[in-house]
Amino acid sequence: MHKKPIVYPYIPNSAPETKAQMMKEVGVTDPMQLYEEIPEHLKYKQSMQLPEPILDEYSIRRHTDEILSKNKTCDDYLCFLGAGCAQHFVPAVCDEINGRGEFLTAYVGESMGDHGKWQALFEYCSLMGELMDMDVLSIPMYDGGQAASTSLRMANRINDRKKVLLPATMNPEIAMIVKNYLSSVPQPEIQIVTIGFDINTGLMDLNDLKKNMSNDVAAVFIENPSYLGFIETQAEEIGKIARRAGAEFIVYTDPISLGVMEAPANYGATITCGDYHPLGLHLGAGGCQGGFIATNDDMKYVSEFKDLMYGLTDTIQEGELGFGEVLYDRTSYGSRDKGKEFTGTSTGLWAITAGVYLSLMGPKGMEEVGTTIMQNSQYAAKKISQVPGVKIQMSSPFFKEFVVNFDMTGKSVAQINKRLLEFKIFGGKDLSRDFPQLGQSALYCVTEVHQHKDLDKLAYALQGAVSC
Amino acid sequence: MAKKKLLRNNYHQARWDEPIIFEMSVPGERGVLVPRACETITGQVGDGVSAIPAGLRRKKAPALPEVNQMRVNRHYYHLSQETLGTDVTLGISEGTCTMKYSPKIQEHMAARHPGIVNVHPLQDPETMQGMLEIYYKVEQFLKEISGMDAFSLQPGGGAHAVYGNASIIRAYHRARGDKNRTEIITTMFSHPCDAATPNTAGFKVITLMPDESGYPDLEAMKAALSNRTAGIMITNPEDTGIYNPRIEEYVKAAHAVGALCSYDQANANGMLGIHRAREADFDLVHFNLHKTFSAPHGCMGPATGAIGVKEFLQPYLPVPRVEFDGQKYTLNYNYPESIGKVRTYIGNANVVLKAYMWIMQLGAEGLKEAAICSVLNNQYFMKKIAAIPGVVIWYAKGKRRLEQVRYSWEKLKQDTGVGTDEVNKRIVDFGIEHYWTSHHPWVVPEPFTLEPCDSYNKEDLDEYVEALSQISKEAYENADFLKKAPHKAACHRPTHDAIDDPNLIAVTWRQYLKKKGKGRQ
Repeated sequence: MHKKPIVYPYIPNSAPETKAQMMKEVGVTDPMQLYEEIPEHLKYKQSMQLPEPILDEYSIRRHTDEILSKNKTCDDYLCFLGAGCAQHFVPAVCDEINGRGEFLTAYVGESMGDHGKWQALFEYCSLMGELMDMDVLSIPMYDGGQAASTSLRMANRINDRKKVLLPATMNPEIAMIVKNYLSSVPQPEIQIVTIGFDINTGLMDLNDLKKNMSNDVAAVFIENPSYLGFIETQAEEIGKIARRAGAEFIVYTDPISLGVMEAPANYGATITCGDYHPLGLHLGAGGCQGGFIATNDDMKYVSEFKDLMYGLTDTIQEGELGFGEVLYDRTSYGSRDKGKEFTGTSTGLWAITAGVYLSLMGPKGMEEVGTTIMQNSQYAAKKISQVPGVKIQMSSPFFKEFVVNFDMTGKSVAQINKRLLEFKIFGGKDLSRDFPQLGQSALYCVTEVHQHKDLDKLAYALQGAVSC
Repeated sequence: MAKKKLLRNNYHQARWDEPIIFEMSVPGERGVLVPRACETITGQVGDGVSAIPAGLRRKKAPALPEVNQMRVNRHYYHLSQETLGTDVTLGISEGTCTMKYSPKIQEHMAARHPGIVNVHPLQDPETMQGMLEIYYKVEQFLKEISGMDAFSLQPGGGAHAVYGNASIIRAYHRARGDKNRTEIITTMFSHPCDAATPNTAGFKVITLMPDESGYPDLEAMKAALSNRTAGIMITNPEDTGIYNPRIEEYVKAAHAVGALCSYDQANANGMLGIHRAREADFDLVHFNLHKTFSAPHGCMGPATGAIGVKEFLQPYLPVPRVEFDGQKYTLNYNYPESIGKVRTYIGNANVVLKAYMWIMQLGAEGLKEAAICSVLNNQYFMKKIAAIPGVVIWYAKGKRRLEQVRYSWEKLKQDTGVGTDEVNKRIVDFGIEHYWTSHHPWVVPEPFTLEPCDSYNKEDLDEYVEALSQISKEAYENADFLKKAPHKAACHRPTHDAIDDPNLIAVTWRQYLKKKGKGRQ
């Protein structure tokens, strides 16, 4: 039976009349003649085994909705998971702007027809620069893991040293990314040394740091606030130790902390990096991360960035500002394998969104959101610590996240989290696999989205979970 | 019948003369208010911030602008209107980028459905079965489309995926104790990332130049191959749109010395259902789910580069792997030989979802139709463009190109002094996005690379041809007019396209103010 061809709404020239006309123009009678350059035996002659298509828009919406609705969401559940992807308040204007089709569907156009894109990304860099109190950023990176990795490789290129010191409390996902990224042929090009910490405070063991410090260290890397939430109160001292030995001092920070916490540059960081996800982006099942690196205006640093940089400049029209590419030959687009690492499509739309967020928040908003997070998280820790058998692992001040230890309850984090699901709560991230020395501990994340009643509910549910 | 008017002679882009956001600051204004802790909380913990040691308290507030909400919203609307996304223009311009229509239904689900927007990536897998199902199924689809045995959707872009493949090649040889494999071979018309990512992974990179026909030089490759070669990383068709019919010989020669073969399939759009990496015997591939599988480009991301490998390389893929036992989807971290991770969590779920929906709407037949129409469009388009005065097409005379063509204004430049940069600045005056010239270096002189993919109809192509014809005519008649183009875009041409002088570098507003004194006069 002759099947009527389908005209696909997204493939306009699938309409038989046009297709026939165009085929005639190019001199083929069978579409496969278009492919005469591909040898016959390299052509795929079978039909791909894919599901029957869902052709109409209504049905694909229903189908997709049915699958996505199998997910439990942080609308229905109270979420205390963070670990680098925390739930924060997203202003409606952020969604409005990143939903604009012009931004959503633009790509690599030049600075005249795509002036708005260039300006929006320049503003992202500018706003982040104020938050970091540093002058130089490139357009964004894949995520915080890439930012950490590239910061370390920048340090290696700057001082040509082959060892980096990382904290043992580091985000384990990012540590995995870094490990692969510093790995090389022939190995090892850059040696990673992990510096120990005090299990009761989280703070870096300075003796261990000094023991490993030498003039072959390229960089000392810390997180502040750290993955485990504690504030590294010795940061300034660590920076001094690093710089005294001629090493770069890299601080991985949480940008949403910087309305209340000092910018790392002001306690000695020579390279600041992190993930800007907290700035106006949703959880998105992990799909809304974005990395940044900031440094001072010193060519020693500027020329080691790996990604594109948009520079503000004049145009041929008096009084008008436009944009140009900065040090293009630095990048792999300009110089292939002679460029700095590699660049490519990363997270432009999210960076524009982070710019919108910082524009809305202003200095007051950033101070207030930081304050609320400090207060809410301290309140939560206090309530949780009142649950019998449960203790807050570390005595240091913390920002947003903190480690809760359940050893005395005789229950595992896995058991407790399963139980919490019955209360419609996503409990903190189970640390027992990555940090066995912390016993049965979980990383709890509390932000400005949590209200008093949510935190009381958590304490109540935990009480139930540990006692049953 | 009168000819339909296609060229937009009366077009003018929005030009808002928009200030930099810092120039819009009015001290005291607020853009948004944020949640504050209630009295019960403050009663218990006080101001909260006193817990921060004095040395780590922010001493000087960040000098962010203070702008009310309406003005922030208006500002970014203006900037969006000064941007030529594919939703408002012909993305045919950006060859090698596959600027498809990204169906709105996909965007609406990915950006609005709480079942993705409000899901945390570290939730218990039992509470995110829907998300993992989407991942698992997309992996199965890509296996079928490529013929490979396993996929990872973790990398956050095309180059990122190629980097992942370079890492896998390194891990494979290392696991076999083969320490001498320190070289990767690529070709000049493969994407720059095929050279840059193996270099980042520590390999020495050898780049083959095209021969007289435009193909990578096979003899040069055979000469370069040795027991030091870890792998070859190449595109086919390359950025020229020319399919290399001897591709198998390259693969065979590489395999013969024990090297792996990695296929950059960023240019796969013309080959869906027609040609697969498996039949050409590649060991690793990557696809861009933005580009070929319709997810939008978002001003340079978010994106997804999908990595596919043959069975024997499966242990090296990034973790966690999404697995299915017939009942439940799980995340498996237990692959001791894995390269570890290249991206946090499970990658860009929103991009994966859009690719899922696109493939599900087309099925096997529809994917093949998309490929055929993209190649048909390209061959039709090439015929028309070849007839424009000043255009030259290098290499492979008389051969059919697949999804794109690297054209040249070499003759126009010789005849009129107007080269590809001038034409590229003028084209936006017709409401058409700046085109992609070429990756560097420019082996083809005065290059431009166009890719009229499956989303564009015949009228779109004809409109584009009219615009280029008009510009060519202008070049021959009034070259000076082009040297000041664009005339009708959001912004005029910058005085410095390339800024390399440290005194002129201003990548942030504060850096600009420091160098310019007090800003805009």
